[in-house]
Amino acid sequence: MTQKIKIIEREEVVIRFSGDSGDGMQLTGTQFSDTSALFGNDVATFPDYPAEIRAPQGTVGGVSGFQLHFGHMEVNTPGDFADVLVAMNPAALKANLKWVKASGTIIVNEDSFTAKGIEKAGYDSNPLEDEKLADYNLIKARVTSLTKECLKDSGLDQKSILRSKNMFTLGMVYWMFDRPLDHTEEFLENKFKKYPLVVEGNKMVLRAGYNFAKTIEALPYNFSVAPAKIKKGTYRNITGNKATAWGLIAAAEKAGLELFCGSYPITPATEIFQELAARKDLGVKTFQAEDEIAGICTSIGASFAGCFAVTTTSGPGLALKTEAAGLAVMTELPLVIVNVQRGGPSTGLPTKTEQSDLMQAIHGRSGECPMPVIAASTPSNCFEYAFRAGKIALEHMTPVILLTDGFIANGAEPWRIPKMSDLSPINVPLAKEGDDYQPYARDAEKLNRRWAVPGTKGLEHRIGGLEKMDVTGEVSYVPENHQVMTDIRSERIRRVANYIPDLPVKGNEEADVLVVGWGGTYGHLTTAVRELQKEGKDIALAHFHYIFPLPKNTEEVLKRYKKVIICELNEGQFAEYLRASFQDIKFKQYNKLQGLPFTVIELKERFNQLLEEK
Amino acid sequence: MTDTILKSFRPEKLTPKDFKSDQEVKWCPGCGDHGVLNSVQKAMAAMDVPKEKFAVISGIGCSSRFPYYMNTYGFHTIHGRAAAIASGVKSANPDLEILQISGDGDALAIGGNHFIHAIRRNIDMTIILFNNEIYGLTKGQYSPTSKQGMVTKTSPFGTIEQPFHPAELALGAQSKFYSRTIDTNIKLTTELILAGSKHKGTSIIEVLQNCVIYNDGAHTLITDKETKDDFQLLLHHGERMIFGKQRNKGLVLGGNGKLIVVTIGEFGIAEQDVLIHDAHNPDPHMAWLLSNMSAPEYPVALGVIRDVSALSYEEKLVQQIKDVQATATIKCMDDLLNSGDTWDVK
Repeated sequence: MTQKIKIIEREEVVIRFSGDSGDGMQLTGTQFSDTSALFGNDVATFPDYPAEIRAPQGTVGGVSGFQLHFGHMEVNTPGDFADVLVAMNPAALKANLKWVKASGTIIVNEDSFTAKGIEKAGYDSNPLEDEKLADYNLIKARVTSLTKECLKDSGLDQKSILRSKNMFTLGMVYWMFDRPLDHTEEFLENKFKKYPLVVEGNKMVLRAGYNFAKTIEALPYNFSVAPAKIKKGTYRNITGNKATAWGLIAAAEKAGLELFCGSYPITPATEIFQELAARKDLGVKTFQAEDEIAGICTSIGASFAGCFAVTTTSGPGLALKTEAAGLAVMTELPLVIVNVQRGGPSTGLPTKTEQSDLMQAIHGRSGECPMPVIAASTPSNCFEYAFRAGKIALEHMTPVILLTDGFIANGAEPWRIPKMSDLSPINVPLAKEGDDYQPYARDAEKLNRRWAVPGTKGLEHRIGGLEKMDVTGEVSYVPENHQVMTDIRSERIRRVANYIPDLPVKGNEEADVLVVGWGGTYGHLTTAVRELQKEGKDIALAHFHYIFPLPKNTEEVLKRYKKVIICELNEGQFAEYLRASFQDIKFKQYNKLQGLPFTVIELKERFNQLLEEK
Repeated sequence: MTDTILKSFRPEKLTPKDFKSDQEVKWCPGCGDHGVLNSVQKAMAAMDVPKEKFAVISGIGCSSRFPYYMNTYGFHTIHGRAAAIASGVKSANPDLEILQISGDGDALAIGGNHFIHAIRRNIDMTIILFNNEIYGLTKGQYSPTSKQGMVTKTSPFGTIEQPFHPAELALGAQSKFYSRTIDTNIKLTTELILAGSKHKGTSIIEVLQNCVIYNDGAHTLITDKETKDDFQLLLHHGERMIFGKQRNKGLVLGGNGKLIVVTIGEFGIAEQDVLIHDAHNPDPHMAWLLSNMSAPEYPVALGVIRDVSALSYEEKLVQQIKDVQATATIKCMDDLLNSGDTWDVK
């Protein structure tokens, strides 16, 4: 019973929690990642859930998963394959077995492997009894009945008792990785403050799971992952969506403007809007519009009226916002349009990730309608790029599209909190009372017009969607003027390139292969390239955050390498865009469209192949 | 009536001329829009609002060129979306006096959704709804208010669609202020714009407007000198609903809940039997009956049909922010960044 169990030191571990979409797997996963982050590990997470609120119970389609990767070193991805899989039912086992490492550990809730459960999952026979799992370290725990037994005198009703079974498996995993329970206990105390019975019940089950794992001899070892060596500072865990919301608020504060967000709920962008709605304490004004079109239109109105205005959406929502986005280009008003990309087309795969809105972001409007497009690449840097999107919009008087995606929006990682005093200033070109004002007179460098906010005496003027006369802003159908204005609109966005950093390259400047990516694939590409570099391979990575305009050194960087491969979760939209921009460079592609992020393994395989090609 | 309302505003030194822009007005000669422009400029000059506080917002259509002709802040936006844009302007800056200009196509077809939701939220702005029952700018197709059977370029055999009654739509969306005027009646239109501006919340002013090119005479029965007295009922709050050339016609409520037109002096009907107009009645039932009266069975109701006070959206928005901020522990972004679960790495 008390025999010393073998402890295995590990650099990193990947755990995947899976169960029915009502089983509380997202919460379990979040608790484990928070606790690991507090312990000092670097962490990356990947929630993966069905679009239905409650998909049919016990079926593969209804499985909700949460994968997390924590390590003693820098962690950039949630990991390809799991060391430990928690499967709350046969369907969860069926859906996730392929993601478990050879000889990995699988914890199953044995109680759910009834004839009915097995059949619902689509198995012919009980998988716990056949050869399929022989190579894994299978831990059968009667989670449901042990939870019931533990809470039989708790005074809780049957439903609440069953609901707390996720704490049992969490307790087990805490023991396996030598993690303290106090963070989760504190969380339970806060979350169910009003229901002391529920708090006590969940804590009992958590401890029961912990002790169960400690007691049974089914666990041959446990793991120890030492804290990571990370930069000094104050940290917190943050998801991409929350970081985006906070970056926008930070930009408003820096610019000294009120933040306004007109939006309409859509997966997976909704949390940004929700987070902003909760920030009345910071004076954020949110407007839940009647549709996506009204979402962007209220924001354009608010921008006209002098707010830092933003609107948030996902793929099909961006399509609806298109016409109004054109109005913002024509009227040269600042606006940030956040598009959290998801699987498309149409409704597509709303809860899954993809990068296929790139062309829509760059070109998807009527007329010649340029606007800057930038992309965040990790959950925490959504803050930085939301802030930068705001800075570009306000300083250059233009709508800006910020692209994130479902993978980084829902994913979380520890984040070293910045100080507001460390962020760059935002200088807004406001026109003031007494200024000699012409609506379309321009700054010589940026070519932006000035912003005369209604209410400012003496600056009354009219703007709108019709073509405007250069300088005066009067409606104009003069053919030559349309050419002039088109050229100016194009040139002023091109000049944004003068205010963004050069494209950095990770690795040897003369490497054989250059891997090119953009946006949320950063973690997987970085890990794959770094692992190959460690193996001595001649490979480098250029990852783009600024898509339109491109950094000024882009061509110079791309031309330096013999082989350039562009990796994206689409059919090659960035590749097509780069080909059109740099016609004498040959690009290779690696693309994937499964609603899933890349795996490091598949990337390495492809890069190795390319390295070997003559 | 106009004079009393005018006096209730502080006299401003501004004149209608101050609100005219230097742009040439390009509406067709004889278009009803000219009269409305005139009325708006008169009303603005009479308001206790500095010129720079006005924002005139429009969608697309003939009438939506309006902002260009006004020497105020103006925004000519996109088709149907004026209400959404105006909602954003007012929410962002509640100090501004917002006027929205829309036609029947702009507000009730492509912008129908935004129209009803602006009213539902009760955003403080005055919407002037130009109703000429036709698409003018696209040159003569039927609109959502065109009468059933009307022959137009897209209904060569007559429309088979049921028209919207704008008032019904607005009242269904819980409109607190609904009024109606005629393009040529500058005095009444001016009066209604002032009343609408005073009302806190979304005020609708439906203008029965004539399109001389594509739907000339759509409102003739109501506007013609010969017939207008018999087919117009000018409403005044607290006064009896009497009309007619001889001022001897009135409205009474029948036992079936319908309005009945009666003649004073006939069948024992006396003046005191005629209903008194109560624009402030919170129950919208009578407003519904009055606003839906149509000629020739009934006179058409003009003036303020409904004017019920309620808090506006932006007032509540500002108040909610104040309330939350009063007890909030997070006062700036640094506070937020450091709130909740954080840990130090040394």
